[in-house]
Amino acid sequence: MTLRKYLILGLVTLTSAFGDISLAIGMKRLGPVSLSHPGALLSALRTPWVSGGILLLLVFFASYLTALSWADLTFVLPATSLAYVGVALLSKFWLHEQISAARWLGVALITAGVGFVTQGPAYTPRDCVDPAFTGPVREAP
Amino acid sequence: MNLASGPAIAAMVGAIVLTATAGDVFVASAMRGVGDLDRIMAERGLQGAIWAVISEGRFLAGAACMALSFFSLLFSLSHADVSLIAPAAGSLTFVSNAVVAKWVLHENVDRRRWLAAVFVCCGVALLKR
Repeated sequence: MTLRKYLILGLVTLTSAFGDISLAIGMKRLGPVSLSHPGALLSALRTPWVSGGILLLLVFFASYLTALSWADLTFVLPATSLAYVGVALLSKFWLHEQISAARWLGVALITAGVGFVTQGPAYTPRDCVDPAFTGPVREAP
Repeated sequence: MNLASGPAIAAMVGAIVLTATAGDVFVASAMRGVGDLDRIMAERGLQGAIWAVISEGRFLAGAACMALSFFSLLFSLSHADVSLIAPAAGSLTFVSNAVVAKWVLHENVDRRRWLAAVFVCCGVALLKR
């Protein structure tokens, strides 16, 4: 794992957390949207919080795909689950929501899980992989 | 069928977990086939990297499964409480992904990764309550 790859994993975590929070703020400011007026959802796209949240989640998806191109799914998913912790912390200190003791325990468990997985190798070597499902190994020209 | 009953809720959570896991596994499989995106981007630019991803059939299948998962979640939330559906689906997906990644993608899921999946699974369940 290089520093650049850790930065990509960090980008996955940060953009996911900030994207979710940005959408939450935008939708709270907009108020409840009725199913009988779906056009209100389109007007939500024009608000800076919602459009910013969508942009952040697009960056999240691009960096998530990049991480999956050089690391296993069972490495990337736990390693980037710190986003849940980020959302909890942002909810507490930015949105001033209450965090119960059970949620703090959840934060501790996720942090421990991330610690476990990042101590090990990120990638299963390709010669251990069944090419029937994963497809041929294609080198970039 | 009463969609607020236990079996119906279990079926809805099962549908979310199944489609989310299929989405993640298809996308992971596609990205493994595409190869290191950093290198592809350095050689062929952003456009070449985007084309390499979207021309991969398994990526499209994965994206379709992820969309199905999202709509299953929305459907479930209209029949059951978010405090029940979100932790159940969110946490179970970590374990199902580990199982499927081991048996389908043949990833090396050692004791450390199982522990991580279980810890994160329990943590997400507590966090989303």
